[in-house]
Amino acid sequence: MPMADWLRGGRNREKMRDDAAQWVKCPSCGEVLYRPDLSANLDVCSRCSHHFRMHAHDRILSLVDGDFEEIARGVLPADPLAWSDKKSYPQKLAADAAKSGMDEAVLCGFGRIGGYDLALGVMDFHFRGGTMGSVVGERLTRLIEAATDRGLPCVIFTASGGARMEEGMLALMQMAKTTAAVVRLKASAQPFVTVLTDPTTGGVSASFAFQADIILAERNAMIGFAGRRVIEQTIRQRLPDRFQTAEFLLERGHIDGVLDRPNVKPTLERILGYARAGVQRRQRAELSA
Amino acid sequence: MNPLLEREKGLLELERRIDDLRSANEGQRIDMSAEIASLESKYRQLLAEVFGSLSPWEKVHMARHPRRPTTLDYIAGLDSFDELHGDRMFRDDPAIVGGFARLGGHSIVAIGQQRGRDMKENLARNFGMSTPEGYRKGERLALLAERFNLPLVTFVDTKGADPGILSEEHAQSEAIAASLEVFAALKVPTLAVVIGEGGSGGALALAIADRVLMLEHSVYSVASPEGCAAILWGDASKADEAAAHLKLTASDLRGFGIVDEIIPEPLGGAHRDAAGTVTRVLDRIGAILDLLEAYSLADLLAARYDKYRRLGSWRDAVAGSDGAT
Repeated sequence: MPMADWLRGGRNREKMRDDAAQWVKCPSCGEVLYRPDLSANLDVCSRCSHHFRMHAHDRILSLVDGDFEEIARGVLPADPLAWSDKKSYPQKLAADAAKSGMDEAVLCGFGRIGGYDLALGVMDFHFRGGTMGSVVGERLTRLIEAATDRGLPCVIFTASGGARMEEGMLALMQMAKTTAAVVRLKASAQPFVTVLTDPTTGGVSASFAFQADIILAERNAMIGFAGRRVIEQTIRQRLPDRFQTAEFLLERGHIDGVLDRPNVKPTLERILGYARAGVQRRQRAELSA
Repeated sequence: MNPLLEREKGLLELERRIDDLRSANEGQRIDMSAEIASLESKYRQLLAEVFGSLSPWEKVHMARHPRRPTTLDYIAGLDSFDELHGDRMFRDDPAIVGGFARLGGHSIVAIGQQRGRDMKENLARNFGMSTPEGYRKGERLALLAERFNLPLVTFVDTKGADPGILSEEHAQSEAIAASLEVFAALKVPTLAVVIGEGGSGGALALAIADRVLMLEHSVYSVASPEGCAAILWGDASKADEAAAHLKLTASDLRGFGIVDEIIPEPLGGAHRDAAGTVTRVLDRIGAILDLLEAYSLADLLAARYDKYRRLGSWRDAVAGSDGAT
């Protein structure tokens, strides 16, 4: 689908014409930013380089050259536990859909980055905190399987508070389901790359996020298994500010690199280039054998 | 304090009186069997009252009962066990135990999460919450099972993975993620038994298997009820409410296709007949290992993939039908 048509079906941009919504205060340095400028700067503060959490549509628009063919968009959330606390689960889903312009916490599809065709999944923290329920698991599994079947690299941008409570154990099982698909992808010649964005925790960090061949993270992203609050309650002391940041994980050897957002796309292009060189080398060897 | 302990007190008191009467009755001229029978009937009535139908939150307490058989109790029931230690990198995590074993004619690798049976052991074993080193030991032993072509049996009993500073520094996420990869594609038959509490990703790390069994009063949950209540409502004290929502009982999970078989427990819970429960569980494991021998490795792996591939529940707007499960 042409990018323009796809976006029209996606996030509702009309809201942004509202004057008050045109200005955003940077939570890090306090600078008041004009929203169109902020968007043009990849949602990075022009003064202090604070990385705002990106909407999935904007992320895809900033990465993909040409068209994006979305898959599994018909896979939509159900309510298997008939969950209801202050609000019912379907009410929570509807509220987040209205707020975020997303119908679930991930967008998946095929596109091209710098001349490389790829399978691309982008999670969005603005929908249910990016939590993984059945839809996130199913869409990502279809993406990973499609990458394996079509012989495409697979790149996933993560942003998640972990497993979605309102789907109970069915949510937890998405860790097993995506893992099984990742194992098959990694048995192929194609690379699996994750880019961890703020925040990436719980059932997502403890499954496909940390199963990739190459694990990158955006600057200052919060990444960990247990949430900060849980750890502080357990040990009854305050954690240092840098704990669980991308930079902290880089020092500890958990991830391959930390990137400023403008460097993400060129870095991905180079990595896809190395991986393709390996695939081509293998093909040449098979031909001469 | 586990509220079930309080409720069991009356039962234990009655048990003692019946035993006293029985021993007093022996060799006596006055027959007290009528009194004994009456007490026994009262006992059965009380047992049914206390344990006849447990709420999900009560089942959580049953799963955490201090006298409930733990991994080491099942391991003690195996025909032989040779423990293997350590992750070959940093340390030996006592919250996970594993090694070679024999059971009903099968040589196997057995791995389990071990919580403490008293405060001292709980401190030593970190309440059964594994650090990354524990998962790396488990992963190593699982790969050892594959290397020696032996079936793998795991016992699941943990509140969850350790949420501490060192565990984060040692890459808890990576350790669990890597364990999931190994279990998802392990080239031997695999069987997991949830014997107590299955808490979140820390439990799943040892629980992807060809067959997943669960004791009747065990629980298995996306998060501990306390954790879930804290996440959703910022109030861990609403854990009982969360437990009711989470669908974490064995029958719930059997219904979702997440658990393949439920092993019944005696009325009042596994600990009321610990030896019998251990025997029953090990017998079932042996029987299922016999059964799994009939499948080729290719069939096992394909079936394992399909089983997890199907799990989930969604609407399919294009097809206009509901998703699997």
